[in-house]
Amino acid sequence: MKSHRRRKLTIIIFLFVGSLTTVLISIFALQHYIDHFYSPEEIVNGEVPLKGTIRAGGMVKPDSLVYDSTGLGVQFDITDLTGATVRVHYEGILPSLFREGQGTIVHGNLNEKGLFIAKRIRAKHDESYVPPELEGLIEYDDS
Amino acid sequence: MNFIPTWLRRLASPQHFFGDIKLWIAWLYVLGTIGFLVGSVWGLAFVPPERYQGDSFRILFVHAPIAHLVQVIYISIAIAGVVHLVWKLKMADIYMSAAAPIGCWLTVLALVSGMIWGAPTWGTAWVWDARTVSTLILFFLFFGLIVLRRVIPNPTRAAAALSILAIVGTINIFIIKFSVVWFKTLHQPASIELFGDIAIAPVFLAPLFINIASTYVLAAGFILANMRYLVAVRNVSMTWNQEWVQGRKQ
Repeated sequence: MKSHRRRKLTIIIFLFVGSLTTVLISIFALQHYIDHFYSPEEIVNGEVPLKGTIRAGGMVKPDSLVYDSTGLGVQFDITDLTGATVRVHYEGILPSLFREGQGTIVHGNLNEKGLFIAKRIRAKHDESYVPPELEGLIEYDDS
Repeated sequence: MNFIPTWLRRLASPQHFFGDIKLWIAWLYVLGTIGFLVGSVWGLAFVPPERYQGDSFRILFVHAPIAHLVQVIYISIAIAGVVHLVWKLKMADIYMSAAAPIGCWLTVLALVSGMIWGAPTWGTAWVWDARTVSTLILFFLFFGLIVLRRVIPNPTRAAAALSILAIVGTINIFIIKFSVVWFKTLHQPASIELFGDIAIAPVFLAPLFINIASTYVLAAGFILANMRYLVAVRNVSMTWNQEWVQGRKQ
Protein backbone atom coordinates (compact mmCIF):
# COMPACT_ATOMS: atom_id res chain seq x y z
CA MET A 1 0.00 0.00 0.00
CA LYS A 2 1.29 3.45 -0.86
CA SER A 3 2.20 5.65 2.08
CA HIS A 4 -0.43 8.35 1.52
CA ARG A 5 -3.11 5.65 1.35
CA ARG A 6 -1.84 4.02 4.51
CA ARG A 7 -1.95 7.41 6.23
CA LYS A 8 -5.54 7.99 5.12
CA LEU A 9 -6.61 4.54 6.28
CA THR A 10 -4.98 5.17 9.66
CA ILE A 11 -6.85 8.48 10.00
CA ILE A 12 -10.15 6.74 9.18
CA ILE A 13 -9.54 3.96 11.68
CA PHE A 14 -8.65 6.47 14.42
CA LEU A 15 -11.70 8.58 13.58
CA PHE A 16 -13.94 5.53 13.74
CA VAL A 17 -12.52 3.98 16.90
CA GLY A 18 -12.45 7.39 18.63
CA SER A 19 -16.06 8.24 17.86
CA LEU A 20 -17.19 4.68 18.65
CA THR A 21 -15.56 4.85 22.09
CA THR A 22 -17.04 8.31 22.77
CA VAL A 23 -20.55 7.24 21.84
CA LEU A 24 -20.40 3.94 23.73
CA ILE A 25 -19.09 5.61 26.92
CA SER A 26 -21.87 8.21 26.67
CA ILE A 27 -24.68 5.72 26.20
CA PHE A 28 -23.44 3.55 29.05
CA ALA A 29 -23.32 6.61 31.29
CA LEU A 30 -26.91 7.34 30.27
CA GLN A 31 -28.06 3.74 30.55
CA HIS A 32 -30.80 4.50 33.07
CA TYR A 33 -32.35 7.02 30.70
CA ILE A 34 -32.19 4.60 27.77
CA ASP A 35 -33.67 1.64 29.66
CA HIS A 36 -37.32 1.37 28.79
CA PHE A 37 -38.48 0.09 32.19
CA TYR A 38 -37.49 -0.63 35.79
CA SER A 39 -37.03 -4.21 36.97
CA PRO A 40 -38.90 -5.58 40.02
CA GLU A 41 -35.53 -5.67 41.85
CA GLU A 42 -35.04 -1.91 41.41
CA ILE A 43 -38.60 -1.27 42.64
CA VAL A 44 -38.20 -3.49 45.72
CA ASN A 45 -34.89 -1.76 46.54
CA GLY A 46 -36.59 1.63 46.33
CA GLU A 47 -34.51 2.87 43.39
CA VAL A 48 -37.49 4.28 41.51
CA PRO A 49 -39.34 7.61 41.78
CA LEU A 50 -42.52 7.31 43.84
CA LYS A 51 -44.19 10.27 42.16
CA GLY A 52 -45.27 10.26 38.54
CA THR A 53 -45.72 7.56 35.97
CA ILE A 54 -43.05 4.88 35.57
CA ARG A 55 -42.73 1.68 33.58
CA ALA A 56 -42.00 -1.64 35.23
CA GLY A 57 -41.17 -4.81 33.36
CA GLY A 58 -40.86 -8.42 34.32
CA MET A 59 -42.31 -11.88 33.96
CA VAL A 60 -45.89 -12.48 35.10
CA LYS A 61 -45.38 -14.90 37.98
CA PRO A 62 -47.15 -18.23 37.34
CA ASP A 63 -50.30 -18.81 39.44
CA SER A 64 -50.36 -15.20 40.65
CA LEU A 65 -53.07 -13.85 38.32
CA VAL A 66 -56.32 -13.15 40.21
CA TYR A 67 -59.44 -11.65 38.62
CA ASP A 68 -61.61 -9.39 40.79
CA SER A 69 -65.01 -10.90 41.47
CA THR A 70 -66.71 -7.89 39.89
CA GLY A 71 -65.53 -5.59 37.08
CA LEU A 72 -62.47 -5.81 34.86
CA GLY A 73 -59.89 -5.57 37.63
CA VAL A 74 -56.97 -8.02 37.82
CA GLN A 75 -54.02 -8.44 40.15
CA PHE A 76 -50.79 -10.26 39.44
CA ASP A 77 -47.13 -10.38 40.48
CA ILE A 78 -44.26 -9.42 38.19
CA THR A 79 -40.92 -10.97 38.97
CA ASP A 80 -37.36 -11.17 37.64
CA LEU A 81 -34.40 -13.52 37.87
CA THR A 82 -33.45 -12.20 41.33
CA GLY A 83 -36.84 -13.33 42.72
CA ALA A 84 -38.01 -9.82 43.63
CA THR A 85 -41.76 -9.47 43.06
CA VAL A 86 -44.08 -6.50 42.70
CA ARG A 87 -47.87 -6.79 42.98
CA VAL A 88 -49.70 -5.05 40.13
CA HIS A 89 -53.32 -3.97 39.94
CA TYR A 90 -54.91 -3.17 36.60
CA GLU A 91 -58.39 -2.38 35.37
CA GLY A 92 -59.06 -2.92 31.70
CA ILE A 93 -58.63 -5.34 28.87
CA LEU A 94 -55.37 -7.29 28.80
CA PRO A 95 -53.40 -7.68 25.52
CA SER A 96 -54.04 -11.02 23.83
CA LEU A 97 -50.43 -12.12 24.37
CA PHE A 98 -50.56 -11.39 28.10
CA ARG A 99 -50.27 -14.62 30.12
CA GLU A 100 -48.58 -16.11 33.17
CA GLY A 101 -44.95 -16.98 32.55
CA GLN A 102 -44.61 -14.35 29.78
CA GLY A 103 -42.99 -10.93 29.91
CA THR A 104 -44.98 -7.75 30.41
CA ILE A 105 -44.39 -4.02 30.76
CA VAL A 106 -46.80 -2.06 32.93
CA HIS A 107 -47.21 1.76 32.92
CA GLY A 108 -48.47 3.39 36.09
CA ASN A 109 -47.34 4.40 39.55
CA LEU A 110 -46.59 2.90 42.93
CA ASN A 111 -49.01 3.67 45.76
CA GLU A 112 -48.04 4.05 49.43
CA LYS A 113 -48.49 0.35 50.16
CA GLY A 114 -46.10 -0.65 47.36
CA LEU A 115 -48.89 -1.82 45.07
CA PHE A 116 -48.31 -0.89 41.43
CA ILE A 117 -51.40 0.74 39.93
CA ALA A 118 -51.13 0.09 36.18
CA LYS A 119 -52.91 2.29 33.67
CA ARG A 120 -51.59 0.50 30.57
CA ILE A 121 -50.20 -2.96 29.94
CA ARG A 122 -47.96 -4.14 27.10
CA ALA A 123 -47.17 -7.77 26.37
CA LYS A 124 -43.47 -8.50 25.81
CA HIS A 125 -42.85 -11.31 23.39
CA ASP A 126 -39.68 -13.35 23.85
CA GLU A 127 -37.42 -14.51 21.04
CA SER A 128 -38.87 -18.01 20.70
CA TYR A 129 -41.18 -18.94 17.86
CA VAL A 130 -42.86 -22.30 18.34
CA PRO A 131 -45.79 -23.99 16.56
CA PRO A 132 -48.62 -25.34 18.79
CA GLU A 133 -47.64 -29.00 18.33
CA LEU A 134 -44.20 -28.42 19.89
CA GLU A 135 -45.62 -26.55 22.89
CA GLY A 136 -44.35 -27.80 26.22
CA LEU A 137 -40.95 -28.91 24.97
CA ILE A 138 -38.33 -27.84 27.50
CA GLU A 139 -36.00 -26.68 24.74
CA TYR A 140 -38.32 -23.74 23.90
CA ASP A 141 -40.00 -23.04 27.24
CA ASP A 142 -36.75 -22.76 29.08
CA SER A 143 -35.49 -19.62 27.33
CA MET B 1 -3.37 -6.17 -7.41
CA ASN B 2 -3.34 -9.54 -9.09
CA PHE B 3 -5.78 -11.23 -6.73
CA ILE B 4 -8.75 -9.41 -8.30
CA PRO B 5 -10.11 -11.41 -11.29
CA THR B 6 -10.24 -9.71 -14.69
CA TRP B 7 -14.05 -9.76 -14.99
CA LEU B 8 -14.34 -7.88 -11.70
CA ARG B 9 -11.63 -5.38 -12.62
CA ARG B 10 -13.52 -4.67 -15.85
CA LEU B 11 -16.50 -3.53 -13.79
CA ALA B 12 -14.50 -0.63 -12.34
CA SER B 13 -14.64 1.05 -15.73
CA PRO B 14 -17.96 2.88 -16.26
CA GLN B 15 -18.27 1.81 -19.90
CA HIS B 16 -17.78 -1.90 -19.19
CA PHE B 17 -19.93 -1.73 -16.08
CA PHE B 18 -22.80 -0.23 -18.07
CA GLY B 19 -22.66 -3.02 -20.65
CA ASP B 20 -21.75 -6.03 -18.49
CA ILE B 21 -24.07 -5.49 -15.55
CA LYS B 22 -27.36 -5.49 -17.48
CA LEU B 23 -27.63 -9.28 -17.67
CA TRP B 24 -26.70 -9.61 -13.95
CA ILE B 25 -29.53 -7.29 -12.95
CA ALA B 26 -32.06 -9.32 -14.94
CA TRP B 27 -30.94 -12.57 -13.30
CA LEU B 28 -30.95 -11.06 -9.81
CA TYR B 29 -34.48 -9.74 -10.33
CA VAL B 30 -35.74 -13.11 -11.59
CA LEU B 31 -34.08 -15.17 -8.82
CA GLY B 32 -34.97 -12.71 -6.06
CA THR B 33 -38.62 -12.42 -7.11
CA ILE B 34 -39.10 -16.20 -7.39
CA GLY B 35 -37.37 -16.76 -4.04
CA PHE B 36 -39.33 -14.05 -2.28
CA LEU B 37 -42.64 -15.38 -3.65
CA VAL B 38 -41.80 -18.97 -2.65
CA GLY B 39 -40.65 -17.95 0.83
CA SER B 40 -43.58 -15.61 1.47
CA VAL B 41 -46.31 -18.00 0.22
CA TRP B 42 -44.68 -20.81 2.21
CA GLY B 43 -44.50 -18.65 5.33
CA LEU B 44 -47.97 -17.13 4.97
CA ALA B 45 -49.94 -20.20 3.95
CA PHE B 46 -48.09 -23.44 4.67
CA VAL B 47 -46.45 -23.25 8.10
CA PRO B 48 -48.54 -23.71 11.27
CA PRO B 49 -49.45 -20.65 13.39
CA GLU B 50 -47.30 -19.71 16.39
CA ARG B 51 -48.55 -21.05 19.76
CA TYR B 52 -49.21 -17.67 21.42
CA GLN B 53 -49.24 -15.11 18.61
CA GLY B 54 -51.39 -17.12 16.20
CA ASP B 55 -51.22 -15.90 12.62
CA SER B 56 -49.83 -12.43 13.36
CA PHE B 57 -46.34 -13.91 13.79
CA ARG B 58 -46.20 -14.48 10.00
CA ILE B 59 -44.95 -10.91 9.50
CA LEU B 60 -41.65 -12.34 10.81
CA PHE B 61 -40.98 -13.65 7.29
CA VAL B 62 -40.93 -10.09 5.93
CA HIS B 63 -39.85 -8.02 8.93
CA ALA B 64 -36.81 -10.00 10.10
CA PRO B 65 -35.11 -10.39 6.67
CA ILE B 66 -35.59 -6.69 5.84
CA ALA B 67 -34.56 -5.39 9.28
CA HIS B 68 -31.41 -7.53 8.97
CA LEU B 69 -30.78 -6.49 5.36
CA VAL B 70 -30.85 -2.72 6.00
CA GLN B 71 -28.03 -3.07 8.54
CA VAL B 72 -25.96 -5.02 6.00
CA ILE B 73 -26.67 -2.36 3.35
CA TYR B 74 -25.55 0.38 5.74
CA ILE B 75 -22.29 -1.43 6.55
CA SER B 76 -21.67 -1.97 2.81
CA ILE B 77 -22.09 1.78 2.22
CA ALA B 78 -19.56 2.49 4.99
CA ILE B 79 -17.08 0.03 3.41
CA ALA B 80 -17.61 1.81 0.08
CA GLY B 81 -16.88 5.04 1.96
CA VAL B 82 -13.51 3.70 3.16
CA VAL B 83 -12.70 2.43 -0.34
CA HIS B 84 -13.60 5.81 -1.81
CA LEU B 85 -11.54 7.81 0.68
CA VAL B 86 -8.45 5.59 0.48
CA TRP B 87 -8.39 4.33 -3.12
CA LYS B 88 -10.49 7.07 -4.81
CA LEU B 89 -12.49 4.45 -6.65
CA LYS B 90 -15.32 6.15 -8.58
CA MET B 91 -17.51 3.05 -8.40
CA ALA B 92 -17.44 3.21 -4.58
CA ASP B 93 -18.78 6.76 -4.75
CA ILE B 94 -21.52 5.65 -7.15
CA TYR B 95 -22.33 2.68 -4.88
CA MET B 96 -22.93 4.98 -1.89
CA SER B 97 -25.39 7.11 -3.83
CA ALA B 98 -27.11 4.11 -5.40
CA ALA B 99 -27.56 2.12 -2.19
CA ALA B 100 -28.71 4.95 0.14
CA PRO B 101 -32.26 5.33 -1.28
CA ILE B 102 -32.74 1.55 -1.38
CA GLY B 103 -31.65 1.33 2.27
CA CYS B 104 -33.88 4.27 3.18
CA TRP B 105 -37.02 2.72 1.70
CA LEU B 106 -36.25 -0.72 3.13
CA THR B 107 -35.80 0.83 6.59
CA VAL B 108 -39.26 2.38 6.22
CA LEU B 109 -40.54 -1.10 5.35
CA ALA B 110 -38.80 -2.61 8.40
CA LEU B 111 -40.30 0.04 10.70
CA VAL B 112 -43.80 -0.22 9.22
CA SER B 113 -43.85 -4.03 9.25
CA GLY B 114 -42.64 -3.92 12.86
CA MET B 115 -45.46 -1.52 13.76
CA ILE B 116 -48.05 -3.76 12.09
CA TRP B 117 -46.70 -6.66 14.18
CA GLY B 118 -46.42 -4.62 17.36
CA ALA B 119 -50.01 -3.36 17.34
CA PRO B 120 -51.63 -6.77 18.02
CA THR B 121 -48.64 -8.38 19.81
CA TRP B 122 -47.38 -5.70 22.19
CA GLY B 123 -50.58 -3.70 22.33
CA THR B 124 -48.92 -0.67 20.72
CA ALA B 125 -47.59 0.17 17.27
CA TRP B 126 -44.72 2.36 18.47
CA VAL B 127 -42.59 2.41 21.59
CA TRP B 128 -39.57 4.58 22.43
CA ASP B 129 -37.20 1.78 23.37
CA ALA B 130 -33.54 1.46 22.34
CA ARG B 131 -34.12 -0.94 19.42
CA THR B 132 -36.91 1.01 17.74
CA VAL B 133 -35.26 4.40 18.24
CA SER B 134 -31.89 3.23 16.88
CA THR B 135 -33.68 1.82 13.82
CA LEU B 136 -35.41 5.17 13.36
CA ILE B 137 -31.97 6.81 13.52
CA LEU B 138 -30.80 4.40 10.81
CA PHE B 139 -33.61 5.76 8.62
CA PHE B 140 -32.42 9.32 9.26
CA LEU B 141 -28.82 8.31 8.44
CA PHE B 142 -29.88 6.89 5.07
CA PHE B 143 -31.98 10.01 4.52
CA GLY B 144 -28.98 12.15 5.45
CA LEU B 145 -26.80 10.36 2.89
CA ILE B 146 -29.38 11.16 0.17
CA VAL B 147 -29.75 14.80 1.23
CA LEU B 148 -26.00 15.41 1.68
CA ARG B 149 -25.36 14.52 -1.96
CA ARG B 150 -27.98 17.06 -3.08
CA VAL B 151 -26.92 19.99 -0.89
CA ILE B 152 -23.19 19.89 -1.72
CA PRO B 153 -22.73 21.04 -5.32
CA ASN B 154 -19.07 19.97 -5.62
CA PRO B 155 -19.14 16.21 -6.44
CA THR B 156 -15.70 15.49 -4.88
CA ARG B 157 -16.60 17.18 -1.62
CA ALA B 158 -20.03 15.57 -1.58
CA ALA B 159 -18.47 12.12 -1.96
CA ALA B 160 -16.01 12.80 0.88
CA ALA B 161 -18.79 14.06 3.15
CA LEU B 162 -20.93 11.00 2.33
CA SER B 163 -18.02 8.67 3.11
CA ILE B 164 -17.39 10.25 6.50
CA LEU B 165 -21.09 10.24 7.46
CA ALA B 166 -21.38 6.60 6.37
CA ILE B 167 -18.29 5.51 8.34
CA VAL B 168 -19.16 7.36 11.56
CA GLY B 169 -22.81 6.26 11.30
CA THR B 170 -21.72 2.61 11.53
CA ILE B 171 -21.67 3.15 15.32
CA ASN B 172 -25.47 3.11 15.12
CA ILE B 173 -25.34 -0.43 13.70
CA PHE B 174 -23.57 -1.59 16.88
CA ILE B 175 -26.28 0.13 18.91
CA ILE B 176 -29.09 -1.51 16.90
CA LYS B 177 -27.46 -4.92 17.17
CA PHE B 178 -26.73 -4.80 20.90
CA SER B 179 -29.62 -2.54 22.04
CA VAL B 180 -31.66 -5.59 23.08
CA VAL B 181 -28.70 -6.95 25.09
CA TRP B 182 -27.40 -3.77 26.74
CA PHE B 183 -30.71 -2.10 27.57
CA LYS B 184 -34.11 -3.12 28.82
CA THR B 185 -36.35 -2.93 25.77
CA LEU B 186 -39.83 -4.00 24.78
CA HIS B 187 -38.35 -5.48 21.60
CA GLN B 188 -37.27 -9.09 22.04
CA PRO B 189 -33.62 -10.20 21.68
CA ALA B 190 -32.36 -11.86 18.49
CA SER B 191 -33.88 -15.27 17.73
CA ILE B 192 -30.96 -16.40 15.58
CA GLU B 193 -27.35 -15.86 16.56
CA LEU B 194 -24.50 -16.76 14.25
CA PHE B 195 -22.67 -18.68 16.98
CA GLY B 196 -25.52 -19.48 19.29
CA ASP B 197 -28.90 -21.06 19.75
CA ILE B 198 -31.79 -20.73 17.35
CA ALA B 199 -34.99 -19.97 19.24
CA ILE B 200 -37.18 -20.49 16.17
CA ALA B 201 -38.73 -23.94 15.63
CA PRO B 202 -37.26 -25.79 12.60
CA VAL B 203 -40.61 -25.79 10.78
CA PHE B 204 -40.44 -21.95 10.48
CA LEU B 205 -36.80 -21.80 9.42
CA ALA B 206 -36.99 -22.85 5.74
CA PRO B 207 -39.27 -20.00 4.55
CA LEU B 208 -37.36 -17.56 6.78
CA PHE B 209 -33.96 -18.44 5.28
CA ILE B 210 -35.41 -18.43 1.74
CA ASN B 211 -36.70 -14.91 2.33
CA ILE B 212 -33.43 -13.73 3.88
CA ALA B 213 -31.52 -15.00 0.82
CA SER B 214 -34.05 -13.56 -1.66
CA THR B 215 -34.10 -10.10 -0.08
CA TYR B 216 -30.28 -10.04 -0.39
CA VAL B 217 -30.55 -10.98 -4.08
CA LEU B 218 -33.37 -8.50 -4.79
CA ALA B 219 -31.58 -5.65 -3.01
CA ALA B 220 -28.39 -6.41 -4.99
CA GLY B 221 -30.49 -6.15 -8.18
CA PHE B 222 -32.06 -2.84 -7.12
CA ILE B 223 -28.69 -1.34 -6.13
CA LEU B 224 -26.92 -2.48 -9.32
CA ALA B 225 -29.78 -1.10 -11.45
CA ASN B 226 -29.51 2.20 -9.59
CA MET B 227 -25.70 2.18 -10.08
CA ARG B 228 -26.13 1.53 -13.81
CA TYR B 229 -28.45 4.53 -14.03
CA LEU B 230 -25.99 6.76 -12.12
CA VAL B 231 -23.07 5.55 -14.30
CA ALA B 232 -25.07 6.60 -17.38
CA VAL B 233 -26.02 9.99 -15.90
CA ARG B 234 -22.49 10.89 -14.77
CA ASN B 235 -20.91 9.87 -18.08
CA VAL B 236 -23.49 11.50 -20.31
CA SER B 237 -20.88 13.29 -22.43
CA MET B 238 -18.77 10.16 -23.07
CA THR B 239 -18.55 8.74 -26.58
CA TRP B 240 -19.62 5.23 -25.53
CA ASN B 241 -22.70 6.67 -23.84
CA GLN B 242 -23.74 8.73 -26.83
CA GLU B 243 -23.15 5.80 -29.14
CA TRP B 244 -25.46 3.71 -26.97
CA VAL B 245 -28.15 6.44 -27.13
CA GLN B 246 -27.77 6.57 -30.92
CA GLY B 247 -28.10 2.79 -31.08
CA ARG B 248 -31.34 2.92 -29.11
CA LYS B 249 -32.83 5.56 -31.39
CA GLN B 250 -32.38 3.53 -34.55
